[in-house]
Amino acid sequence: MTNNTSSSTGTKRRIVKDKIVYASVCFFSFLTMVPLFLILWEVLSKGYKNFNLRLFTEVAPSSMDAMLARVSGEAIPGGILNGITGTILIVALAVLFTIPLGLFIGIYLAENSEKQFSKVVSFLTDLLQGIPSIVIGIIAYAWVVKPLGSYSALAGSVALTIMMLPMVVRSTEETLKMLPVSYKEAGLSLGSSYTNVVFKVLLPSGFGGIFTGILLAISRVMGETAPLMLTALGASLVNWDIFEPTSSIPLLIWEFYNDPNLIDLIWSSSLLLLIVIFVLNWIAKTVASKWKI
Amino acid sequence: MENITNINEQKPILELKNLSVSYQPGKNAVDNVSVDIYPNTITAIIGPSGCGKSTLLRAINRMHDLYPNIETSGEIFLKGKNVLETNPMDIRRMAGMVFQQPNPFPTMSIYDNVLSGYKLNGIKLNKKEKDEIVEQSLLSVALWDEVKDVMSKRGSFLSGGQQQRLCIARALALKPELILLDEPTSALDPISTNKIEELLFQLKSKFTIIIVTHNMSQAARIADNTMFMYLGELVEYGNTTQMFTKPKNKRTEDYLTGSFG
Repeated sequence: MTNNTSSSTGTKRRIVKDKIVYASVCFFSFLTMVPLFLILWEVLSKGYKNFNLRLFTEVAPSSMDAMLARVSGEAIPGGILNGITGTILIVALAVLFTIPLGLFIGIYLAENSEKQFSKVVSFLTDLLQGIPSIVIGIIAYAWVVKPLGSYSALAGSVALTIMMLPMVVRSTEETLKMLPVSYKEAGLSLGSSYTNVVFKVLLPSGFGGIFTGILLAISRVMGETAPLMLTALGASLVNWDIFEPTSSIPLLIWEFYNDPNLIDLIWSSSLLLLIVIFVLNWIAKTVASKWKI
Repeated sequence: MENITNINEQKPILELKNLSVSYQPGKNAVDNVSVDIYPNTITAIIGPSGCGKSTLLRAINRMHDLYPNIETSGEIFLKGKNVLETNPMDIRRMAGMVFQQPNPFPTMSIYDNVLSGYKLNGIKLNKKEKDEIVEQSLLSVALWDEVKDVMSKRGSFLSGGQQQRLCIARALALKPELILLDEPTSALDPISTNKIEELLFQLKSKFTIIIVTHNMSQAARIADNTMFMYLGELVEYGNTTQMFTKPKNKRTEDYLTGSFG
């Protein structure tokens, strides 16, 4: 009997302990969400005023125009069209460079993980991921801006490619490694060449994971500012020439921050950037769950 | 080996001569195996886990080429072709393989899965040829009636047993000489297993079948000839009925009566 009661109080104590731990886990999980909601609130409440059609159809105003509008109590004229088109141009170019490179390196690493060379490549990929973006900007400046003699969208996209590459390589490698080896063996057992198995069986089977990795990499570099300051530089007009200086949304935010007359546009631009990044993340999540094998 | 079932007294379709396979130098997982396999027979390979049954089977279509540390020595002749000296892609088209876990290609429809051998080999077919191959292959694995209305669904939509029959159809579609099955029913329920066994029995009129199984009664039910392997060595190879009733080797007898393994 004594034994029985002592064990039941012991059980009670463990249940209480369990509940306390559970409650604190919930509390801290909630706490991590607070900053996100605060950011959202801040950006939303300050950005919605200038979040209108003009933001998408007009280029950034000059400091003078903005000052005149402010003085007469009107809303700031202009939008961030040059930033939107610049971001599209630079990121699209970067994606164009990254996808083939990232896929091939990822395939190589997944298929030859035992080889010494792939261990070296894998290690270097990790290192690349840790390089500060400003350093990557300087590198792209030295490699592209200097030889070509001009700041350009191309140089910006080279910097972003270097930043995206490790993410795409990793996600490709991890996704392919997770596929059952029997898909590869089944393909080969039908007499297929190795290349065909990779492109017609493995890559389609891993599409969900690989595509998600690419989207997340895009959303990661989309907000990059530092490397673009040294490469794309910025432009006050819409530019589609990859050899010319080009603006981007984060570059514009930086410019607005430096000009007290344009301060109101910071928030609407940030809001747009956040929305695009959230949408990309949401698509990535949906694709990942839909294409699960 | 005079007691081997050889329907119609034909020449062997597959000859293994002193075949050895090793994962590490000096340790043979398959040790010096020599057998002749005759056309239109089912040959079962039995033996305890790790005895080299799958390793032997995978040597035939050169799956070991995928893993550079595996070494294969000896000779294999498939329809007179020296397997180890022919391009593995040609050999694999002649020797279809079915795996332990049903593995239809997850991104392809049922229809495309049957045709995947052609797609992966870059062989172009017109719509009529495609339809015919799909129908014939699915009919011969008794899957046609079950899937003819859901052709465009993915292969993974089917049940495990149906998936495995789809995988057999995928191998048959290329019209191979030989079908190699690596424990094809070990992941399936008894009803699906039964269906596949019946199917193999019918398929032997057109193909030659080698099946690795850990299930002795399965070997007894469907195989004409049986190979018993132990520690990489081929202990006994002969007519199934004779081996199961009057085994020649003491070790075979011990294994069949459950004394070990």
